Amino acid sequence: MMKKTLQILSGNEALALGAYHSGVQVAAAYPGTPSTEILENLARFKDIYAEWSTNEKVAMEVAMGAAYTGARAMASMKHVGLNVASDPFMAASYTGIIGGLVIVCADDPQIHSSQNEQDNRHYARMAKIPMLEPTDSQDGYDLMGYAFDISEEFDTPVLLRTTTRISHSKSVVDVSRKRVVKNPQPAFHFNQQKYVMLPVYALPRHALMEKRILKLAEYSETFPLNQITWGKRDLGIVTSGVAYQYAREVFPEASFLKLGMSWPLPEKMIKEFTAGVERLIVIEELDPFLEQNIKSMGIEVTGKEFIPLVGELNTQIVTDSSSGAGLLPESEKILDPASGLPRRPPLLCPGCPHTGIYFVLNSLGQRSKLLESKDNGPQEPKLIITGDIGCYTLGALPPLGVLDTTACMGAGIGQALGMERAGVKSKVVAIIGDSTFMHSGITGLVDAVYNQGHITILILDNRTTAMTGHQEHPGTGISAQGEETFAVDIESLVRGIGVNDVKVVNAFDLKALRNGVKDSLDRPEVSVIIVRGSCAMLIRKRANPRKVDIEKCTQCNYCLGLGCPAIQSVDGQVFIEPTLCAGDICTICEQLCPQKAISA
Amino acid sequence: MSNGKKMEKIDLLVTGVGGQGVVLASDIIGETALAAGFDVKKTDTLGMAQRGGSVVSHVRLAPKVWSPLIKDGSVDLILAFEKLEAARWSHFLRPGGITITNNYEQPPLSVSLGQEVYPTDDVIAAALRRQTDQVYFVDGTGRVKELGNVRTLNIFMLGCFSVFSPLEAATWRESITRRMPENIREINLTAFEMGRKEIESVRIGKS
Repeated sequence: MMKKTLQILSGNEALALGAYHSGVQVAAAYPGTPSTEILENLARFKDIYAEWSTNEKVAMEVAMGAAYTGARAMASMKHVGLNVASDPFMAASYTGIIGGLVIVCADDPQIHSSQNEQDNRHYARMAKIPMLEPTDSQDGYDLMGYAFDISEEFDTPVLLRTTTRISHSKSVVDVSRKRVVKNPQPAFHFNQQKYVMLPVYALPRHALMEKRILKLAEYSETFPLNQITWGKRDLGIVTSGVAYQYAREVFPEASFLKLGMSWPLPEKMIKEFTAGVERLIVIEELDPFLEQNIKSMGIEVTGKEFIPLVGELNTQIVTDSSSGAGLLPESEKILDPASGLPRRPPLLCPGCPHTGIYFVLNSLGQRSKLLESKDNGPQEPKLIITGDIGCYTLGALPPLGVLDTTACMGAGIGQALGMERAGVKSKVVAIIGDSTFMHSGITGLVDAVYNQGHITILILDNRTTAMTGHQEHPGTGISAQGEETFAVDIESLVRGIGVNDVKVVNAFDLKALRNGVKDSLDRPEVSVIIVRGSCAMLIRKRANPRKVDIEKCTQCNYCLGLGCPAIQSVDGQVFIEPTLCAGDICTICEQLCPQKAISA
Repeated sequence: MSNGKKMEKIDLLVTGVGGQGVVLASDIIGETALAAGFDVKKTDTLGMAQRGGSVVSHVRLAPKVWSPLIKDGSVDLILAFEKLEAARWSHFLRPGGITITNNYEQPPLSVSLGQEVYPTDDVIAAALRRQTDQVYFVDGTGRVKELGNVRTLNIFMLGCFSVFSPLEAATWRESITRRMPENIREINLTAFEMGRKEIESVRIGKS
């Protein structure tokens, strides 16, 4: 027997190690919670190629190209990333592959750090490709091996779907496999019928996909991680993913069908399981994906009548909802959370380069009035600010309150143009980060220039992909594997697109920011301001924290409007917490204080 | 009142504010428990909270662990690095559970802005005492300031917890040593010992 090598790994670490041991040669991703650490961990292995791609679509295409040459390849992304990548994703299902192609998507039930909680299991059904779902880190490690094998055996991309709770939980994994590379010398072979999706070639490929999914359904009947565990026969539970763990804990005596491969479904196995139990239920997070597909087999089953559709599950929710359905005795009364406690939402950090520009927008747009007045009917912001996805989304919250929209990566620029062209009287500003601009802002900007918009676009260039934990991007000039590479210069790029008015402004200079924005708002053209300042988390130096001179301070509390976590107030007196203040790199509060009461 | 040393399983919440080292502390607990032969699961619910928000880690040690999340009302021990956060998760505690709270206040922005009020010590203690008498407050932030490095708070708090855990002190020291870079290894091991002593004296003070 092989020696057990036990480690505690997060789901993402296990997926990365599983892929590495399965011989992955090319891995591509765009950072996105909760998927980011998969590529971060893979990038540490110098005997593979790992890249941060410009966006998920490009990541998918890079992985696809590699798989066409017989290399094992992987693209990983968050659930909404698969929306971005869905075009090549569908194409990959048609063309199939040569080397194994695994697409990892990490869903985010409960919307811990996303804009929605879409259930990406539907993508497997739509693309007619197999889907694997780990229930813990060990499964993640093991399933990755199966994923590449299935991909190659059936000439199909494989979707490996994880969720936040799997990706970001740690559990014990036996990592005893060793890396094996199946095809060390990839080569591309001419085959237009397979790779050129002209109508004449694509239609026959669709027919092959239909045959393929039938063969995969047969394969799923014997898939080793589709497992029946017989317990008491009065209740049978079909489940997959993390819901399996909650269900096992809540129903320790029930019979279980755990689906490690949740598309296509093993119909015979499900029917055998159904025949062996008195009552069949499905416990699954989000949509009734398993439930509806089992129902379509003509099987009587319940699930979403009592298991919530919204939010992530846990043992408490499964217990309470099962009690409500009469599957468990009335659950014990549990304590309510202590009442009246102040909330502690996430904030922009001390020294954040977004704080200054947000303060300027707040005051120029008189946003505080918007935040304060309630129930006075519709309010038109003086300055409409379309937002995007990144740390700067946090500026939507009080006291800054500067965003009017947040939809998806890159959306703010198109939205801004749409509002302007709809004929609003207010000025419109779009805000986007440097990494997000590279991801999907560029095409929006091209559109605004081409269609002669009169909008101002602020590119908040903090020199990193901050929100997901500081990944490199095309603007930083460093690769995912730490090598120096070509840095795309945002300013030249913007000028190259045809923007005449491009300003680069220091993110920590309040006066320059205010003047820059005012100038841009008055211009009858697309104006871009690159607000440049490094993310404070990347700068270790913390010299000269600012102090409040109590003699001079009139307690106007103007500085508290910055929302800086270092600026606190106890019993009405403002003070700056020296262990939090970023000091010399920032000084925004010092520039702001009308009494000149803040200094080093 | 049991001293908690003979537990066969522990469901633990480690909580604090983003930046206090909650995640690293719960990682070390997991690694120490694995080294001692436990099945372990841990999960951090932080969402976007690394930016100064509320952070809570669920850590579960048992012969076999299923769910990574602990059920409400069944947490054996809450280890809180900030006292408002202790109160926030108090409803997770089981009857007779243990709470160890760093007696330190970090006011949320809404409190600084005067929109909400930071709870008094009495309110916090009352929230914790709904389920248990084993409510311990330690001056962790004060002690590690004396030690000269506030960032060792998380390891100090681990020291406090270790006294109640079924894991040997030597195993704790090994995993701290493994996790800490050499330049801060010694000071963290010292913080760990200080935490052990602190909780012992607080407990004696109580009885």
